[in-house]
Amino acid sequence: MLDGLKSPIEAFQEFVLLSFRAIRNIFRTPHYADDIFMQMDVIGVGSLFIVSLIGLFSGIVMALQMARALTTYGAQGQVGQIVAITLVRELGPVLTAVLVAGRNASGIASELGSMKVTEQIDAMRALGTDPIQKLVTPRLIATAFVLPLLTIISDFIGLAGGYFIASTMLGLTFSEYWTTAWQALEYNDLAQGLLKPFVFAIIIALVGCFYGMRTSGGTQGVGRATTRAVVSSSVWIFVLTAFITYVWNRVFVKQ
Amino acid sequence: MTPHVTPGDSSVVRFEDVSLHFGDTVALDHVSFEMHAGETFVLLGAAGSGKTQLLKVAVGLVQADSGKVSLFGQEITHLREQDLFDIRVKVGILFQEGGLFDSLTIAENVAYPLTNPRILQHAQSSPNGNGSTRSVEDRVRESLRFVELEETLDKFPNELSGGMRRRVGIARAVVAAPALLLYDSPTAGLDPITANTIIALILKERDLRNTATIMVTHRYQDGHLMANFRYNPNSGKTERVERNGKDISQVTTKFLVMNAGRLVFEGSESELQASQDPYVRKFVREGGA
Repeated sequence: MLDGLKSPIEAFQEFVLLSFRAIRNIFRTPHYADDIFMQMDVIGVGSLFIVSLIGLFSGIVMALQMARALTTYGAQGQVGQIVAITLVRELGPVLTAVLVAGRNASGIASELGSMKVTEQIDAMRALGTDPIQKLVTPRLIATAFVLPLLTIISDFIGLAGGYFIASTMLGLTFSEYWTTAWQALEYNDLAQGLLKPFVFAIIIALVGCFYGMRTSGGTQGVGRATTRAVVSSSVWIFVLTAFITYVWNRVFVKQ
Repeated sequence: MTPHVTPGDSSVVRFEDVSLHFGDTVALDHVSFEMHAGETFVLLGAAGSGKTQLLKVAVGLVQADSGKVSLFGQEITHLREQDLFDIRVKVGILFQEGGLFDSLTIAENVAYPLTNPRILQHAQSSPNGNGSTRSVEDRVRESLRFVELEETLDKFPNELSGGMRRRVGIARAVVAAPALLLYDSPTAGLDPITANTIIALILKERDLRNTATIMVTHRYQDGHLMANFRYNPNSGKTERVERNGKDISQVTTKFLVMNAGRLVFEGSESELQASQDPYVRKFVREGGA
């Protein structure tokens, strides 16, 4: 029983240690600015298209679903409001993060994993470079910076998708849709909608790096590390969004 | 600590009762030995006998569970990574998998050690580095010329063959003129001709700069070459060491044999050949020398 718990607890301890070092390194020299910008390009610009596409369709689907329900009550004019709230508070951050997890937690884990099994990480340490400083921290900074931006873009394109359905199928005018959408949002929602991607970004980068850095067992090990990174970062995104929403509602929302 | 010291002068690597475990697997089992400047150690052993781990423990890439490890007279067993960097600047390592950075060109790979200010400073102050402040580019070119791969400067590691990558690994290991060189299975997976080329390069580095060398290998042949041949700077060739009564080669070349994490043999080549231990005999016989 206790032996079974040993390895997950050890893994968790390693993860906490890696996270601590990666975050501490943000405030230490040397800084690898080139690596940070390169990762921003890979993670941010690289994910832009797919994130926009998914954002668009999630807005469209939300509008379609809500249109049917709201028409029953003759309240189809409220479609903008509902699309805005669900996208900004929940769907935008979570869908974007899950996509980026699939694209980049896997990418990070496989890149670092290959470096680990070909002894490049050992070589780096032997040559006086801290691999956490050189590899983990730039990925952490880059992801934490670009994921909130990607989420904003995805939210906006989702709202535009919602408008497309509202105008073509429900006959709403531009101002009818966008005014209700705009008025529905409070600073509270925006803050929540930006806090989430920031937290998810930290999880994606650190989980990807964690599984990459502890890869063992050759190319097969790289495959395993990649799968684990995607599965576990996706699960954590959903667990954390539930947690953040619960705490947020308790603390910031007047009942 | 200068690398130009006569054999027996100072301790380069010292293991005192060092053990290392990975879960239930024993990687090193109470290993003790001492190596001095100017000496060559050939570490033989079957796959999984702990040879690679011994090298990694020697430079602090892996921390031993118990025992003491000293590098250049300084105990490194409980040093923090940051402090280890200062000692590792004097060590060059050729990794079994090459350890070349895929995303960098050959020139950038070889220049990598010199991008670290500590290593560059050491290279410039070291007598092995000719004491000059030559540019990084000059050093990289010289190092690649040393392994006869100067034309690959702008290529990437995946464009080279296995043997060439190994040679680039050597170029990177020696670029900062280290006082200690560690070679992890430099000939593994190479054809005999390429393997001999690699050994010739290792001899050349050792004999030109008098670098303390530890070579891990499973081929007895490699060790035999290390013990009996030397690089002649005048002819530019490797040649057999003349044994004028006194066996000069074996004064500095020592053989270590590992089995399941334990050091089962330590001695000269003639002692190795005379050993009756069946495990040790297996290596000598297979080498056919």
